[in-house]
This record gives sequence, C-alpha cells and structure tokens, in this order.
Amino acid sequence: MTTTTGAPAAPAVQPAPIIRLSQPDVVLGLDALGRSQVEDFLCLEAELLDAWDLDTWLTLFAPEASYVVPCNDSPDGDPARDLVLVDDNALRLRLRVERLNSRRAHREYPHSRTNHQFSNVVVGVREGDELPVVASFTVWRFRNGKASYYVGKYHYRFVAIDGRLRIRSKRVVLDMTTLRPAGDLAIIL
Amino acid sequence: MTSLSRTSELPRVSTALLDAAPATDSRFPLVDEDTGRHRFRVHRSTMTSPEVFRAELDRVFSHSWLYVGHESEVSRPGDYVRRPVGGRPVFMVRGAKSGRINVFHNTCTHRGAVVCRQPAGNAKAFSCFYHAWTFDSEGRLMGIPDRDAYGGELDLAALSLRPVARVESYRGFVFASFDPEIQDLVSYLAGAVEYLDLVIDSADGEMEIIKGTNEYCIEANWKLLAENSIDGYHAVSTHDTYFKYLLALGTDLAGGVDGTSYDLGNGHAVLEYRAPWGRPIAKWEPLFGEDSREEIARMRADLVSRHGEARGSRMADTNRNLLIYPNLVVNDIMAVTVRTFMPLAPNRMDVTAWELAPRDELAQLRQRRLDSFLTFLGPAGFATPDDLEALESCQQGFSSGGVEWNDISRGMARTPAANDEAQMRAFWRRWSQQMGTAGYGGGAGASR
Repeated sequence: MTTTTGAPAAPAVQPAPIIRLSQPDVVLGLDALGRSQVEDFLCLEAELLDAWDLDTWLTLFAPEASYVVPCNDSPDGDPARDLVLVDDNALRLRLRVERLNSRRAHREYPHSRTNHQFSNVVVGVREGDELPVVASFTVWRFRNGKASYYVGKYHYRFVAIDGRLRIRSKRVVLDMTTLRPAGDLAIIL
Repeated sequence: MTSLSRTSELPRVSTALLDAAPATDSRFPLVDEDTGRHRFRVHRSTMTSPEVFRAELDRVFSHSWLYVGHESEVSRPGDYVRRPVGGRPVFMVRGAKSGRINVFHNTCTHRGAVVCRQPAGNAKAFSCFYHAWTFDSEGRLMGIPDRDAYGGELDLAALSLRPVARVESYRGFVFASFDPEIQDLVSYLAGAVEYLDLVIDSADGEMEIIKGTNEYCIEANWKLLAENSIDGYHAVSTHDTYFKYLLALGTDLAGGVDGTSYDLGNGHAVLEYRAPWGRPIAKWEPLFGEDSREEIARMRADLVSRHGEARGSRMADTNRNLLIYPNLVVNDIMAVTVRTFMPLAPNRMDVTAWELAPRDELAQLRQRRLDSFLTFLGPAGFATPDDLEALESCQQGFSSGGVEWNDISRGMARTPAANDEAQMRAFWRRWSQQMGTAGYGGGAGASR
C-alpha cells in the first residue's frame, strides 16, 4: 500500500478487509429494480462460486430452484423431453453442492480456480412474480496446469422473497458448439 | 482419398520420427499374457507412443466396423447427420428415392470441399458452395454449372459422392467400415449380437436416440475409456459420491454390484450384473415414485410373457456394459447410452454419447430415464467427471515413467466376476492381434 506521495506505508498496517458485497434490498419491488442492483446480485453470485462457498450460493435460490444446462447441440433442449447436461431441482442442486464439497468428487478435488464473468445484462419486464434477466457470461476454469472456458448466456428468473432477490431458475445456454474445449462440466456455471 | 494400406504394411509415419526411433528389432510384444502364472500385462507405450497411435489409425480404425449413428436419427427421406467416423468427416443420409441409409465421404468429388455443412437436417440436395456442384441424397451428381465447358465426355456417374467402402446396419445401429474386404457386420459383431438384442427387444416397439448429444473430450488414450466403460472394479472407489447421491434419494445399496463378464469374440466383451439402481425397463425403486410402480410391474410382466421368465427377467433386472470393439459402448444400466470415442492423439480422445430409449415411453419414466442418464453418464453428472479424472490421471502417471507395464490380470485365477478384468483382456487380445507384429517405426522399445 502506498500513499499519494509515493512514500512507503508503515509495515504494520493491516491489509484492507475484504468487502462482502451485500445483497440488494428489494424494498423497491421487482418493477423498480434497476440493472445495477441486478448486477450487484450477479457479482455476489460470481464471488460465491469463485470462492467455492457453495453452501451460501445455494441460499441465493428460491425453494423451487431450477438450474438447467442444455446440451451444446440443443440450446432449446427441454429437460422434460430431451437430454440435457444439468437438470437440477432444489434437492439435486443441494446434492450437487454436497458432492462438490466432498474430497471424493475427484474431478474437483482439489478444486479448480474459476472466474465467473458476466456482461451485457438485460433486465426484462416483470412477468407475474418473476423478473427475467439475461446476461452473457464467460467462466474460466484453471486446474492442473490446464485452462478451459465456458461461454454462453445466463437466463435467470428472479423472484422477491422476504424483500430479497432470489433465483427461481437459472438456465445456462452454452455457445460452444461442443463441450470438447472444456472437457467436462464438473463445475457450476 | 488415397487407398487404404493393408494391415501387413507399415503405417505412414513422418520420417523425422522414424529417424529418431531406435531400430525396429528392439520391439517386444506390447501385450504380454502368461496364463500359467495368471499374468496379463499391457505395455504403457500402447497409450503414449505416437507410432503406436499412427499404426492404430490404420490397423484398427481402418479395418473395423465403426458406429456411425442410429436409424432413428434419419427417419425421413433426406434426413441427414454429419459425423466424424474413424477420425474422418462423413455423413449419413436416408436416400429420398431408395429409402436406404447412405454414408458418404464428406468431400466434393470436384476439388474437395465439404458438401454437408450442417450438423443435421433434411435436404433434397447437397450443393457444394465452392463451385456449386450438386448431389442428391443418393450421392448422384445432379448438376454442374457451365457443364458445356467439359465437352460431351464428362462421366457424371463416376463423379458421384463416394460412399464409405462398407455400410451395414444391425437393427437400427448403423456401422461403416473403410475396409472393403471386412467380414459382414453380423459375423463381426459375434456374441455382441445377443446383447444388442437384449437392449432392443426390451422395448415394446421402436427405440430412438433422444435429442441432445454429449460431446466431450478426455485428455487420455482412447483405450483407457474402452477399459473404463466395462470396468466393474472402479465403481465403488471412483464413484463414491454417486452412490452417496443414490443413497440420499432413497436407493437401497444393500446387495451392491454382483455379476460376471464374458468375452464375446472379436474383441467385444460385456459385463452383466445386478446393481442397486432402478431400471426404467423394468426394475422399480423408490426414486421412480409410487405412481410408476404399477407401470414398471406391468412392463416386467410383459417382458416375461414375451420372452419367457429367464430372458424377460434378465432384461428387466440385470445391467449390461457392452463394448463393441474397438470404440462403441452400449451400456444398458439405469439408462441406455450409446457412446463412441476416437483418438486425436495418443493422449487425447473425443467422446460422443447419445441416449437411447423406447420411442413411446411413458412421460414419467422418460423423465426418470433422463435424470438417470445425466446424473451418472453425463459429463456434468455425479460420476462421469470422476471417470475423466481417473483416465487423465492414468495418462499423467504414464508420463512419470519408472513403471513400464499396466497389470490387467485380475480374476485370471478364478471364474471372472463383474469386478475382474477378463472383459478388458478380451479387448486387448483382439487389439494385439490386429496391431500384428510388423514394426511401428520404433514401437515399445523406444524410450520416452
């Protein structure tokens, strides 16, 4: 840490505490929610995923959670009828997190270092109690000297529960024509 | 396309590698079997050597029946799918006139451009965008712009799309071979026919490939996946988190995995066993829900009435991991996967997997089948990523050196159990036979 004059700081200074991003308070109601508040939420989600704090990440979901990733060749894939890569309800999402927290999830032990990045956030118009949000993403995954990436679009449906924004559904549509550049999808996007 | 060299010939390898390699007389057998001492070993250069890899492309992949696709993927005239087969781009199309399934080399007979440029679809004609030569779904050359420029002698028939040397299908499974002299498909499949029949006959009606393809990649030698796909020994240790997942969903794990393996001839092998998980056809378990209990019982009774108690209950209750040499896996477990894989390098393969299911399946059973597939067999599931890790870990271990041989001798001293390695030995024996004794331009003696 340096001062504006360039003089070295005293060695005893503690590093600045990490600021935990707070969740946006939805006292405004879903209609009044702006893009910056949605982006704050997406930042928090990305931070939790990158920190592998998956138990906290789970709390961002509504009880009727859904997390879906269609196959690369069927971006419109319907999990009720078609083969998809991920089709998690709240129970399976919790079990996925339990698995990833375990030392026996060999593909992710030790964990990859990831960087979840998003942009092009478009906040849609409220539909009933849901707020649709679409964003582009790039997730970088680094492990064992190998770098891989996932690129695509997030399709969220948010709801407000007790004044908090919660994810009812997160559908992750991959732009890569196959999963081959990344190998597999053991991490959460 | 140049003519394929025969198994007895040396593979075409780059001279730089040949020059750097030691004399070929330093070779020794890469697969070492000593039945008296119950020892079966595979030299690790089979997984790491570029020369062995190049020889495999010729001796194995150019002289085997390779899976192309399923007939349900091209059900209407003009339906097509583009596929890499044996590392070569080909496409499968149902001829509009003949109704037959054609598999063509995907290259214009004029100057080479790819003529089928979409992954899948329906087309009356395949027009090469480069100079607009146009072929119909039977491969016939229908049109050439400014044909007069060629005079009157142009032989359109000779310029048809080139079909792959041999194409045959067995009950919906379409195979192709680049070897015009290869034995017919059913003879080639040998004992594997019985196991394909068990899968196909278990459906009361037609089967189809479900929409959605798993296309992933493993940085490991392709033969490690051939082994892994029929490996009962690794399940408990590698897939601990999957069994915990089943347990959390209420599956009774008591009884575990119990069964045996069979050498089916020609390098094909199968693992047949009972396992804790349910089967959409037709073994109920709590995960399927009470509302499907009756339907599954009805399906089971129906199987027994159609096929007799022995075969019917075998279809309903037992699981089969089937390897069709060299690179097709049809695992009939908690769902049915059709999986093929192709090496791109000694340490890298592309894997493509589809889900097969009865076309007219009850929606709730289809849902359970889809769930079962993606959680166990899918590359984002609770098990397959750990297989990838295991295979890549082996490949990394090979590069450590110090150990020259893999040990595949488990169960040689007893009647093979489902967690033994007899089924892998069947694969390796055929591989060894097909690779032959001609040098690889360095072979196993090469130090690396």
